[in-house]
Amino acid sequence: MVDVKLRGLVKRFGKTVALRGIDLDIRDGEFIVLLGPSGCGKTTTLRIIAGLEKPDEGRVLFGEKDVTYLPPKDRNVSMVFQSYAVWPHMKVRDNIAFPLKIRGVPQEEIDKRVKWAAELLQIDELLDRYPHQLSGGQRQRVAVARAIVIEPDVLLMDEPLSNLDALLRVKMRSELKKLQRRIGVTTIYVTHDQVEAMTMGDRIAVMNAGKIQQVGTPEEIYLKPANTFVAGFVGSPQMNFFDATVRLDGEKLLDAGEFTISLSDDLAAALKDYNNKTVIVGIRPEYMYPRELAPKNMVGPMIKGVIDFVEALGSDTIIHLKVGNKHLVIKLSGSHHYRIGEELVVVFSLDKLHIFDKNTGRAII
Amino acid sequence: MSTPGENPPIRYYLLRILFAGIVILSCTWVLLPIIISILYAFSTPQDFYSPKMIIPLHYTLSNIQKLLALGAAKATMNSIIVAVMTVIFSFALGLPAGYAFARFAFKGKDSLKLLIIGLRMFPMLVIAVPLVTLYIRLGLNDTLLGVALAHTTMALPFVILITSSIFVSVPIELEEAGYVFGLDRKQTFLRITLPLALPGLTAAAIFTFIMSWNEVFMAAVLTLTNRTLPAFILTSAMAAPDIIKFAASFIMILPALIFVFIARKYLISMWGITVK
Repeated sequence: MVDVKLRGLVKRFGKTVALRGIDLDIRDGEFIVLLGPSGCGKTTTLRIIAGLEKPDEGRVLFGEKDVTYLPPKDRNVSMVFQSYAVWPHMKVRDNIAFPLKIRGVPQEEIDKRVKWAAELLQIDELLDRYPHQLSGGQRQRVAVARAIVIEPDVLLMDEPLSNLDALLRVKMRSELKKLQRRIGVTTIYVTHDQVEAMTMGDRIAVMNAGKIQQVGTPEEIYLKPANTFVAGFVGSPQMNFFDATVRLDGEKLLDAGEFTISLSDDLAAALKDYNNKTVIVGIRPEYMYPRELAPKNMVGPMIKGVIDFVEALGSDTIIHLKVGNKHLVIKLSGSHHYRIGEELVVVFSLDKLHIFDKNTGRAII
Repeated sequence: MSTPGENPPIRYYLLRILFAGIVILSCTWVLLPIIISILYAFSTPQDFYSPKMIIPLHYTLSNIQKLLALGAAKATMNSIIVAVMTVIFSFALGLPAGYAFARFAFKGKDSLKLLIIGLRMFPMLVIAVPLVTLYIRLGLNDTLLGVALAHTTMALPFVILITSSIFVSVPIELEEAGYVFGLDRKQTFLRITLPLALPGLTAAAIFTFIMSWNEVFMAAVLTLTNRTLPAFILTSAMAAPDIIKFAASFIMILPALIFVFIARKYLISMWGITVK
């Protein structure tokens, strides 16, 4: 087990820059998720940690050891590939045993560890089958068993659940997380699925365009997004964004054109450098309520609009509201009856408001 | 179309008959000459020359024996040696090239590929005379090595392109898993890539063997005493009686027949269909 430090990783593929300086400290035994849209550099980062790619600049440290230019075989890492990469010409048993055989582990010990890994992943009955005789979910388990059997310092997973069907994915999510807790291995997990990231990660590193946007616990990422990208990427439906001008001279408020939001003294103080400037205001759909459904003690700004569209999902109701030229999405849990064309007044609490710098996208509060 | 219990329309039967007819015709077209050659190759001269008999009833090995005594035995041996050398040379050169094409991105890759295909554009007829002059100067004329080298140049583009498509069909993640779990490049190639590519590579090797086995023009031009089988048949056996020609054609098609029976399953993987 080991902690992993990434220092200023830069990677170019021809003219495209995949990584523009990645710095990240991963603690010993931690489950960290690299989350981002496709092409954000998360897989490249993982492959550099694995040793399958060499960075153009920067270093990778395992503990105090610089492994940047070590070949993968000398790093004691394991990887679960998106396509599983279970070797088709070997039986399940040999697939799991292979990394141990290469390391020259005695046969008796190999048998013991293969048995341990196979039982842990409930594939002990499949050991004498060939991969093509297995289902996708079973192959995935073989890939994980192969990855943990060598007791790696770092376990790398590259979208391991993306090829599974939805039900199995949910099941494997919790199983993988439990497994990681049990063996306590430092794990770096790449995904574009925010639900996977939120449910599995001890911490999440949100990436975009070759840079880490924010690192934090799932809660921090959700409640205190560092910029508009993180705010928009995490959460479903997406956070509502609209431009508003800060007015601090008379009544302190955010002027969004169609409506205004009165500011508390704290907010006004935080925005004192932005007087008469435009900022981006964000509010999550799940924190806006129709006035009649709002929690009783809630006080806050109200916005009036016309219902444009209603998505009734059963467990949730998603209302699309038109306010002048602006479009707001409101998510209510449970089933509610709202008709398209109806007028609706929504209310939200000021402390759920996110305000971002219009130029940099960075969170002001 | 038709509901259950109701007879399908007549058109359906007509199409079925037409389809079966085409299949029968194509099979006859291919198989009949082969069957006739084999039957006549083993028929006694009496049956062969009897005007009353189309299908011979008495069989003998004497035709083959006569042919072998005429020099076919040595020619067959020569052919095997040349073909084996061709396979070894073309794979020694073509396999690494095919792997490089399959796995690495480098400048001029596509142009290089085109150039390799372009090598096949030159008709052998055009280069035959210069090649003979060159061979005489190098002392390669009338040697099996010389023929094998000529066959290698003919087979190499095929070997490079085919092995490259075979290696492409081995998913790169399987190799990367090899690296991650403790193998270096060479070990990964030997223990992961090669076993997975082997069926396709075997088919390609046999195909190269047949290519060399069948090649007659270069072999005839480049050799005089060390004839390979097709060159021998072209120059010597064609002057022999018809029944000996049938025996010769039987020996010629034998490896191809064996090859198809063994390799038909792998031929599919050779043409780039993914290894599952």
